[in-house]
Amino acid sequence: MVEFALPKNSKISGGKTWPKPAGATEVREFRVYRWNPDDGKNPSVDTYYVDTNDCGPMVLDGLIWIKNHIDPSLTFRRSCREGVCGSCAMNIDGQNTLACTRSMHDVKDGAVKINPLPHQPVVKDLVPDLTNFYAQYASIEPWLKTTSPTPQKEWRQSHEDREKLDGLYECILCACCSTSCPSYWWNSERYLGPAALLQANRWVSDSRDEATGERLDDLEDPFRLYRCHTIMNCAKACPKGLNPAEAIAELKLKMVERQI
Amino acid sequence: MSGSDTPKRSMRTPLGRVRNLGAAHSGTSDFWRQRITGVAMTLLMIPGLVIIMMLLGRNQVYAAQTLSSIPVAVILLLFILASAWHMKIGMQVVIEDYVHNEKLKLTAIMLNNFFSFAVALASTYAILKLSSGV
Repeated sequence: MVEFALPKNSKISGGKTWPKPAGATEVREFRVYRWNPDDGKNPSVDTYYVDTNDCGPMVLDGLIWIKNHIDPSLTFRRSCREGVCGSCAMNIDGQNTLACTRSMHDVKDGAVKINPLPHQPVVKDLVPDLTNFYAQYASIEPWLKTTSPTPQKEWRQSHEDREKLDGLYECILCACCSTSCPSYWWNSERYLGPAALLQANRWVSDSRDEATGERLDDLEDPFRLYRCHTIMNCAKACPKGLNPAEAIAELKLKMVERQI
Repeated sequence: MSGSDTPKRSMRTPLGRVRNLGAAHSGTSDFWRQRITGVAMTLLMIPGLVIIMMLLGRNQVYAAQTLSSIPVAVILLLFILASAWHMKIGMQVVIEDYVHNEKLKLTAIMLNNFFSFAVALASTYAILKLSSGV
């Protein structure tokens, strides 16, 4: 059966409370999930106080400030710090989002609570193991597939057909959507999840692609596609404002269309 | 889940694990039938409820008389078939979602089929019996 409770060694125990920075006039409390694979201990939640006059406004700024000024062992992914790379996806105040685009002032009431993306194995602290997620993306073969002779210049596409990719191509594969989906939590080994399916629809919808039927064949499966029950957590979580649930509904519609 | 809880896996590549046995090339029929039966139930719910309300507190003779009307019997039969089919597909989705033990899952799906079929058949038989006045 599905496991609704955390395994024994994943239960979160009380963590360390770090002292407030000396001389700081305005501080913000951060409660951050910590887990170290090397010390054999259960995960804990450490409390830090960030000097908000000494760092930028975003949650990622706060985390970088903690790493630079309080605890260099705090581990998290980050790169572009402007919502383009998707590296700093994490669960902030109960919502999967990007730490670089979520202002700490948007987190109302009390501490900024930060956890890794839910229901994924943790590598360390806020770093989830996304191996399965990336493999699922690779499985939908996200590249143009054609059999016609390659044109001398480029594969041409009308403006109207190009517009069909809007709302699909912007996905940065941050995994906020997939890891917010209960169906993905219960069946992540077989259900491709909202991100991979949105990307699948991006290639199915591409007028230049000549493998639409084969792509749909590979998706037609009670688990790969039809585990989506239109829960819509994906659309709520997406930091880019995309709607993976709608993309999945379009895929289902295409499946029905080719049968009726 | 912390990393140490990750189940011991084979040395198969992540892509190999995701591709696994390949696509079943099915699922669309169940998806479409679930929608058809859902719409059918919505349309049949009001006439079905009206018929059931008419029969409340009445005796068997009155019920047999009411159900001897072909439209009434057909509405009830359609409602029961749509409901049983919808119930079977819906329950199967729940089982597939939450039961991960393969043997238990297959058994549950089999029992679900038996149960839905039995409910549909028993209800159909009862309506036909009443409507034929036997």
